[in-house]
Amino acid sequence: MLNRTADSVARATPEPLARKVRGISDKGLAWLFISPTILLLLAINIFPLFWAIYLSFTNFRANRPNEVVKNLGLANYKRILADQDIWIAMQTTAHFVFWTILLQTLIGFTLAWLIDRKFRGHAFWTTIILVPMMLSPAVVGNFWRFLYEPQIGLFAYAVSFVTGIPATEISMLSNVSLAPWSIIIVDTWMWTPYVMLICLAGLRSIPEYIYEAAEVDRASNWRQFWSITLPMALPFIMLAVLFRGIENFKMFDMVNLLTGGGPGSTTEVASITLKRQAFESWRTGYSSAFAIILFVAVFGLANIYVKALNKVKQR
Amino acid sequence: MSMTAKRKSRWPVWARRGLMENVATAIIAIGFLMLFQPFALVLYTYSFITMLAGTAMFIIVSKFPE
Repeated sequence: MLNRTADSVARATPEPLARKVRGISDKGLAWLFISPTILLLLAINIFPLFWAIYLSFTNFRANRPNEVVKNLGLANYKRILADQDIWIAMQTTAHFVFWTILLQTLIGFTLAWLIDRKFRGHAFWTTIILVPMMLSPAVVGNFWRFLYEPQIGLFAYAVSFVTGIPATEISMLSNVSLAPWSIIIVDTWMWTPYVMLICLAGLRSIPEYIYEAAEVDRASNWRQFWSITLPMALPFIMLAVLFRGIENFKMFDMVNLLTGGGPGSTTEVASITLKRQAFESWRTGYSSAFAIILFVAVFGLANIYVKALNKVKQR
Repeated sequence: MSMTAKRKSRWPVWARRGLMENVATAIIAIGFLMLFQPFALVLYTYSFITMLAGTAMFIIVSKFPE
């Protein structure tokens, strides 16, 4: 039946077209199919990367396209790597990355460990826990901004209920010491489920017979956790840490929506500084150099990530 | 010696992929720490070149034989 259909299609194909198709090798056909994707990738990813590398050596300003572009050599890089403000932005990023990863890993692993107990209704709770991860960062940023409102926000009322401090005095987003933590809380709320999922995959990959052997040896639950569960789930935890590290290093949307880098510059992470330099000060060449520095950092981390991934695969 | 025995590689032991990848990873990690540390501006200044060297080394040594 199938052969008959194929034959009829072949007979119906106009002879010049059929001759053309017959002339293409398998390899040529494969290239024909993947070439649109490759062209799109070149246009959207590769070309802008090389263009940014070129611009990073110049004094180009996007708001003055007709001005003569001068080659500055490594001057932009030297200026960025000696700039105190950018150094401070890097430290803010590090503070943010460190605490989000620590909290997400601790809470994520604990949740994964609890879900792995397979209690009654664990599938339902897994779905509920995963909901924040599925939301758009723009939506999350906007509704947390309302939650943090000192006058009408539920967060302020909840903290007020627990601590006794009046809700009107709890202004998370405009307080210098609380603003970084407000972003850390939102990011942890949103991305802990992701870490939990990876840790859960790690915990489920541990064979049951190892625990049975430990039971025979009368190992306590505590001992089983430290000698079996944690070491065997460690590559997965590392993977989650690296992946979240790379993502949080580039963090922009949540900070921009919640605080916009303020109050002052207390939450000005590297990506916010980059945006300000590129689209407020219009120093395109300078910001391109900054983007390349961040790119190399993320690329380096990605290499470590691939190495960790290969280790997980070998298990 | 059996026919199935592997031929001894002439590639130097110290330049094997596993070891060199670890060295490159360590250089990247050091560069990363230098970029974020709050103690000395000079370390921040040299962080980029350290990371770049580590990344370039990683790309090269990942093609080395195991």
